Amino acid sequence: MRTVQRDSADRAQAARPARRRRPQARTAPYVFLFPAAVFFVAFLLLPILYALWLSFRDERVRGAGIVSVREEVFVGLSNYASSLSDSELWASLGRMLVYGVLVVPTMLGLALLFALILDSPRVRMRSFGRLAIFLPYAVPGVIATLLWGFMYLPNVSPIRAAVEQVGLPPPDFFTPTTVFFSVANIAVWGGIGFNMIVLYTALRALPSELYDSARLDGCSERQIALRIKIPLLTPALVMTGIFSLIATLQVFNEPQTLSPLTNVISSTWMPLMKVYNDAFVTNEIYSAAATSVLLAVASLAISLGVLSFLQSRAFGEDR
Amino acid sequence: MTTGSVGTRADHDRRHSAPVKSGQAIPLVPTAILLVGAVYCLIPVLWVVVASTKGPDELFTTFTLAPSFTGGFWDNITDLLAYRDGKFWRWVANTVLYAGVGTVLSVVISALAGYSLAKFRFRGREMVFRLILAGVLIPQITLAIPQYLLLSKVDLVGTYWSVLLPSLISPFGIYLCRIFATAAIPDDMLAAGRVDGAGEYRLFWHVGLPPMLPGLVTVFLLQFIAIWNNFLLPFIMLSDDDYYPLTVGLYALLNQGTSQPVLYTLVVAGSLLSIVPLIVLFLLLQRYWRLDVLSGGLKA
Repeated sequence: MRTVQRDSADRAQAARPARRRRPQARTAPYVFLFPAAVFFVAFLLLPILYALWLSFRDERVRGAGIVSVREEVFVGLSNYASSLSDSELWASLGRMLVYGVLVVPTMLGLALLFALILDSPRVRMRSFGRLAIFLPYAVPGVIATLLWGFMYLPNVSPIRAAVEQVGLPPPDFFTPTTVFFSVANIAVWGGIGFNMIVLYTALRALPSELYDSARLDGCSERQIALRIKIPLLTPALVMTGIFSLIATLQVFNEPQTLSPLTNVISSTWMPLMKVYNDAFVTNEIYSAAATSVLLAVASLAISLGVLSFLQSRAFGEDR
Repeated sequence: MTTGSVGTRADHDRRHSAPVKSGQAIPLVPTAILLVGAVYCLIPVLWVVVASTKGPDELFTTFTLAPSFTGGFWDNITDLLAYRDGKFWRWVANTVLYAGVGTVLSVVISALAGYSLAKFRFRGREMVFRLILAGVLIPQITLAIPQYLLLSKVDLVGTYWSVLLPSLISPFGIYLCRIFATAAIPDDMLAAGRVDGAGEYRLFWHVGLPPMLPGLVTVFLLQFIAIWNNFLLPFIMLSDDDYYPLTVGLYALLNQGTSQPVLYTLVVAGSLLSIVPLIVLFLLLQRYWRLDVLSGGLKA
């Protein structure tokens, strides 16, 4: 893509008359970029640098008794050391791993399944299905959690009521084990629709002649889906996979909103909840900065690593 | 890159009409799976509609999927709107302010930057683009803590600005705008305009902007939803509930509900009212969605 864009920019440049470039043409790209640059520096670059700075600092008390003063000092890597040796952080990372293993494959698998169904001929009620499955995307994560939270609550849960009606013991959605499924379900519910539409749009962009010849050769729709459509969808699957992974690493809204309803979600249940708790509840800003820098580096490394791995796997044969 | 909107059922059917042989049955299993998925996605929404018809005494006692017709719905709505002198309205207005103003300004900023990155060659262009890609991947909390501390140094924490200003920069929006501008604006038109002596700013307004508009609607929708759904940023920045958006307001209400279950019916009614505008916006704008750039992002 980059080469294409560079070519088009080159052409735009070359097509320009050879006479001396007007000063406006030289400054214009910078003027167009200026507002974005100001906000990028103020609200992305500066905060990141500040977080880095804080992560190497700490507050120490100097003197004793009435004359003691708190002052900020440089402490090197000690915040990182204490952050990495914090068992609570590792426990929350472990929980995030379980959550991610539950959410990402389920969500993308279902999104792919529904996208393939929408793209296959003669299936009925496609418009209705597409709209209904996409609808949760319009529901904010906090509101989605409230809705599901009420559906999990023992006294109001329609799911429990339905199960009881059949005569089975009602499920408890808030045990230390089932709570993973309860939280994962909210994320899956909210995420299927968007991913489905992205994959479906990619499917629609494929030339339909591909399927015509396969059908003439006697391929079933299922074979077409498995052998032709899914391999061609790889770039879109990689893209949705990366976005799901980033979302998993940042999970916060759902467990945080669910926590007033149950005791099994502690204030440090997920890594970001722990960072929030350190920074704003227990006021350990410096170690929270170190932890958040570690998480940012890890998530950058993971998403870039997965991206390059999948790209080399997926497109290696073409080269 | 073909246009692929969410809607337009007709052109979808056309693609598949060619090889249909007569007498083939409707594929029942896929249709059934699709319907199960649709029901799964609709149930919580249906539940909140039903639950909002129940009074505080009914919510925990009557069968959950049976609506109540004792007039509880209007009671709940009026109770909610009267809650602490119309606090809910205040949250609605705040959300509209954050999402409306924030989205419009952020789309303008993204469109200008995307156009610049797509249609000019200048020193530092590649570096700027890489920085923006890195910005897409940075977790929000990494930013939120230092943003909070920095904004508190300039006394902006707890104000509208503390939520509005950080939402204005959207690396993902800039990335999308660059793709739209590259795909939609013909270089020949820009070149011809330059030969005719048009200034760069007039060129952007008259030649560059119009073909970008459909793409900008997509960026607008994505950003609007992102700000409307945002929880972490206002949750961290705000302490006075006069400035809360809906998400934080309802969360606070739920938190109080654990000690006063009467408030649960207000949370239910509030949840219902707060998803209606977004669903309406979707249904109105769904044919403008152009998500092909996401799926095709790596292909081109």
